[in-house]
Amino acid sequence: MDLGFVIEKSAIILVIFAITMLIALYSTFGERVFASYFQDRLGPNRAGPGGLLQPLADGVKMFTKEDFIPETPNKFLFIFGPFLFMTTALITSSVIPWGDTLTLFGREVKLQAADINVAILFVFGVVSIGVYGIMLGGWASNNKFSLLGAVRASSQMISYEVAMGLSIIAVLMMTGTLSLRGIVEQQHGFIDWSGNIPWFSWNVFKQPVAFIIFLVCAFAETNRTPFDLPECESELVGGYHTEYSSMKLGFYLFAEYINMFISSALISLLFFGGFNYPGMDWVAHNLGGNLATLVGVGVMFTKTLFGIFFYMWVRWTVPRFRYDQLMNLGWKILIPLAILNILITGFVIILNGN
Amino acid sequence: MSLTLIAFLFLSLVAVFCGLMTVLSKNPIHSVIYLIGCFFAIAGHYLLLNAQFLAVVHIIVYAGAIMVLFLFTLMLMNLNKESEKHKAAIARIGAVIAAGAMMLVLVAVLKRADSLAIPSTQNIAIGTIENLGRVLLNEYLFPFEFASVLLLSAMIGAVLLAKKDHQKAA
Repeated sequence: MDLGFVIEKSAIILVIFAITMLIALYSTFGERVFASYFQDRLGPNRAGPGGLLQPLADGVKMFTKEDFIPETPNKFLFIFGPFLFMTTALITSSVIPWGDTLTLFGREVKLQAADINVAILFVFGVVSIGVYGIMLGGWASNNKFSLLGAVRASSQMISYEVAMGLSIIAVLMMTGTLSLRGIVEQQHGFIDWSGNIPWFSWNVFKQPVAFIIFLVCAFAETNRTPFDLPECESELVGGYHTEYSSMKLGFYLFAEYINMFISSALISLLFFGGFNYPGMDWVAHNLGGNLATLVGVGVMFTKTLFGIFFYMWVRWTVPRFRYDQLMNLGWKILIPLAILNILITGFVIILNGN
Repeated sequence: MSLTLIAFLFLSLVAVFCGLMTVLSKNPIHSVIYLIGCFFAIAGHYLLLNAQFLAVVHIIVYAGAIMVLFLFTLMLMNLNKESEKHKAAIARIGAVIAAGAMMLVLVAVLKRADSLAIPSTQNIAIGTIENLGRVLLNEYLFPFEFASVLLLSAMIGAVLLAKKDHQKAA
């Protein structure tokens, strides 16, 4: 292991961490601005020019509030819950390829912290561990509403993980790889001229059903409206984080925005070609590889930010589901649909192969 | 000491400690959490053997799905110290004898077992999903399909058992 490798990876990890934090920070601001726009009011505009310093003010407020710990036999788990939830939210970003390779000082630098060949499974593993953050926190709060919120959240997350995994299988059958970088590289450019019939190379045009299932499941996994039943304030006070205050509450709320960012990044990687864009070969040919990669990174972040905007758009448009509707949608509609999609994909692959 | 050996010793220590605490801790929820720690240590062992796929699937299935359901059940049952019934002495003695006999069998089997030829872990491609899929669907096709039929029948059985009560009540 040479020193250059260590420096390269450390730099990439630090930059990804900083960008994730920054985007999550300004997502909280973005949400309030968009909310005010959709509801025809002014929104935050006091701190800094145009309210741009509002997230910092929120952070200071969170840090300086009283850190209240309720009467609970499990103080350790009460503190461990938000810590675990935040950690799992951040870990996922390590396998996401943010761009193609850069050539710096004679080194090929992949813009990704770890290019592992089971990246998708890794993401699913980390997401499934994230449930514990909510469950342990909600249970250790020693409060009925917290426990109910935690149970709702975890049953919702487990249910939709199944449909999410099944929807991804259809995509994986076509790509034949579990590596996120491999999947992105197969969606090169915008239109694939190599086949008999030229068709769009992005997976969203090849697997539209899988995309819709994945999108719905991503909303449910991140506990966003219309699936925000775990923190349904009209029924459960505040859900699993009722008893939390100060920065522990901040961690729970902040991790939700990180999850939104990561899931938008995943959607853009799996279905919208990640760092691929129309005319990328022309750019690479005329402007050089490094510049083309940087444009690709810009494209990737544009797609991801649009994903975050879409989350907010839906939040202020669609009302909340009822709990039985949520479970029916997950188990009786999305899972059979995903299995049907897998069957059809299998038939098409076999027919094409022959 | 090589880095691999240090990692192995550390993971073994964690696995054994978590395993012991699973049995010894009084609070069932703490037991479940220690068991999750134990699963993570074992997944680390799989990684040392270059079985990345197995390690990740182990985490998803055991830590991510099965233990969540365990935790779920325990939380809803609300097992407090007051509500826990004291078991009769005879039951405790019986449990000790049964567990001791089980341990005797395990130790005897492990002592008599031939040590398997350890596959060379130098080949880092040995545990990748491509190789695993090829082996499962060529060499071990029959056991693989058989296991899937077994799981399917178990699932149908579980659904039937859950449905029976529902019909009676209706």
